[in-house]
Amino acid sequence: MTTDTAGTAVPDALPDAQGRFGPFGGRFAPEALMAALDELTREFETAKHDPAFTAELDELLANYAGRPSLLTEAKRFSEHAGGARVLLKREDLNHTGSHKINNVLGQALLTRRMGKTRVIAETGAGQHGVATATAAALLGLDCTVYMGEVDTERQALNVARMRMLGAEVVPVRTGSRTLKDAVNEAFRDWVASVDHTHYCIGSTMGPHPFPMMVRDFHRVIGVEARRQCLELTGALPDAVVACVGGGSNAIGAFHAFVPDESVRLYGFEAGGDGVASGRHAATLTGGSLGVIHGMRTYLLQDDDGQTQETHSISAGLDYPGVGPEHAWLHHSGRAEYREITDDEAMDAFSLLCRTEGIIPAIESAHALAGALKVGAELGPDATIVVCLSGRGDKDMHTAATHFGLMPEGEGR
Amino acid sequence: MTAKTAYDRAKAEGRAALVGYLPVGFPDFEGAIEAAKTMVDAGCDVIELGLPYTDPMMDGPVIQDAVHRALVGGFRVADVFRTVEAVAATGAPTLVMTYWNPIDRYGVEAFARDLASAGGSGLITPDLTPEEGGDWLAASDAHDLDRVFLAALSSTDERIETITGLSRGFVYAASLMGVTGTRNAVDTGAPRLVERTRAIIDKGGTDLPVGLGLGVRDGVQAAEVAGFADGVIVGTAFVRRLLDAPDLATGLADLRALTEELAAGVRGGA
Repeated sequence: MTTDTAGTAVPDALPDAQGRFGPFGGRFAPEALMAALDELTREFETAKHDPAFTAELDELLANYAGRPSLLTEAKRFSEHAGGARVLLKREDLNHTGSHKINNVLGQALLTRRMGKTRVIAETGAGQHGVATATAAALLGLDCTVYMGEVDTERQALNVARMRMLGAEVVPVRTGSRTLKDAVNEAFRDWVASVDHTHYCIGSTMGPHPFPMMVRDFHRVIGVEARRQCLELTGALPDAVVACVGGGSNAIGAFHAFVPDESVRLYGFEAGGDGVASGRHAATLTGGSLGVIHGMRTYLLQDDDGQTQETHSISAGLDYPGVGPEHAWLHHSGRAEYREITDDEAMDAFSLLCRTEGIIPAIESAHALAGALKVGAELGPDATIVVCLSGRGDKDMHTAATHFGLMPEGEGR
Repeated sequence: MTAKTAYDRAKAEGRAALVGYLPVGFPDFEGAIEAAKTMVDAGCDVIELGLPYTDPMMDGPVIQDAVHRALVGGFRVADVFRTVEAVAATGAPTLVMTYWNPIDRYGVEAFARDLASAGGSGLITPDLTPEEGGDWLAASDAHDLDRVFLAALSSTDERIETITGLSRGFVYAASLMGVTGTRNAVDTGAPRLVERTRAIIDKGGTDLPVGLGLGVRDGVQAAEVAGFADGVIVGTAFVRRLLDAPDLATGLADLRALTEELAAGVRGGA
């Protein structure tokens, strides 16, 4: 066990030197990228022990991203969660509207440190793309964002935001034209441009060191939430709840609590129409072990190992893999993963809007729906921290259509 | 049969070997077999059969298009063994080029066993490096299969030593930093990569051949590559012939013409 700068105990190092979390993780990547992955690993290890680097990152997190984010008690929402006390970790209040900025500021600083001049990124809902475009603008880096064509249509506003920030947005027309295909295309770009380009991966996924590095840039979420919960309630929470696609906000929220055995960790995956329907993106609930996008993890695949099509109302969760650390937490039983259907997520979305005056991202609404279930199970004495990973501006079209709020003829 | 046999035979003739790639199941199951046989008949020494996969991270648009068609056409992993059997019957060493997940899913040992019994020579693994390849190293030893790892322009000498030390059949030198696809010119780093790789092989005391791939499209380029590498690996240019042809017969004729041009190239006759 080690102690971080905020005095919080954190678990000793996983992954190992090969990037493995137990049997998960590793590096299943083209040889052409191995030198860059080695360089990135070295640079990250050096940077995180360099006071100048951590001071610059902390300064940006405080004075640009807006950290620490608030921990808001959701009293009226709590009434629907079995009376359990629900505390919202407000990543939606960060600059660019989600947790994604934590990781991107760190990786953008690393890019500059490595002497590279360009970043590329993949994005589903656009939150990571917008965050990357923002950090690139701030640090004067060129930026290209790959986005599945289907997602560019359902997240048109975020495409405009990225372009406004100076990024090139490339619609990906291969495969299912969603997030996984954007990841493939970003890797293809990176293989050809690795000498001057950093691939700013947006979740705790990909070949080592990405799952470790992205986690470390996001662990501030849980470190703050732990401290804030102690200050507010005098005790640790009974549960920490987050949504899981690739799993970056969840690993950030969970990590500081992993050693706290009394704190239950719950990840809620995109159940779509329900895992039994086959139309979902619930990797840990409904997937199996394999290799995708450079890592060994759980994924949605057929009997031949071909990646299956996914479905979620949330573009940000519509991904057939999951970060290897989540696979490990699932495998070891430290965290529990369940599905939330599209309808359950949208009901929780609406409930938060009307009880608290907060419009959440549809991704985060999966965590909120999960909190309602966990609250009912744990009862009125429980305290539950929910990672509100992002705000819902980008999802207004989807939500308005879902609830029939779009006046006739005004929809797209 | 190991791919090295074909490389040695070419070397004895004072030329480089010609290695041709096509995906299994493209343009359809039988068409792929006919195409590969045509390539052997017209001068390919070694055949690489691509295993169609939903997420071909290292491939450019031409091969992506072809493997997508194979998948839409109903390709199943079991088709690989039947295709290998038919192509290997020509006498040309036949390897499977595959991303790792389909093998992981099938079972590494089971795949090695079934590939060997179909007469296949081994695997080329674009997203499996020696570090993660423990199960494959064991299975390829048990079934006496070639294992072809890739060396890249960005590889350190230390990595090339590991890669060449564990490769069997030949080592695949990726001539440029990028995905599959033809290029107008052979990358200037390619001769240097082959030279570095060969020096490391010589130091190790083996005579593992070095094949150079990614980007070659015509006889002139084949002749250029044959000037410094033991093998010339061609994929996209073959696949494009089949994609562009209005029917299989025309595609096969175009494939034959290209193979003959490349075969002349590796003999210095382009």
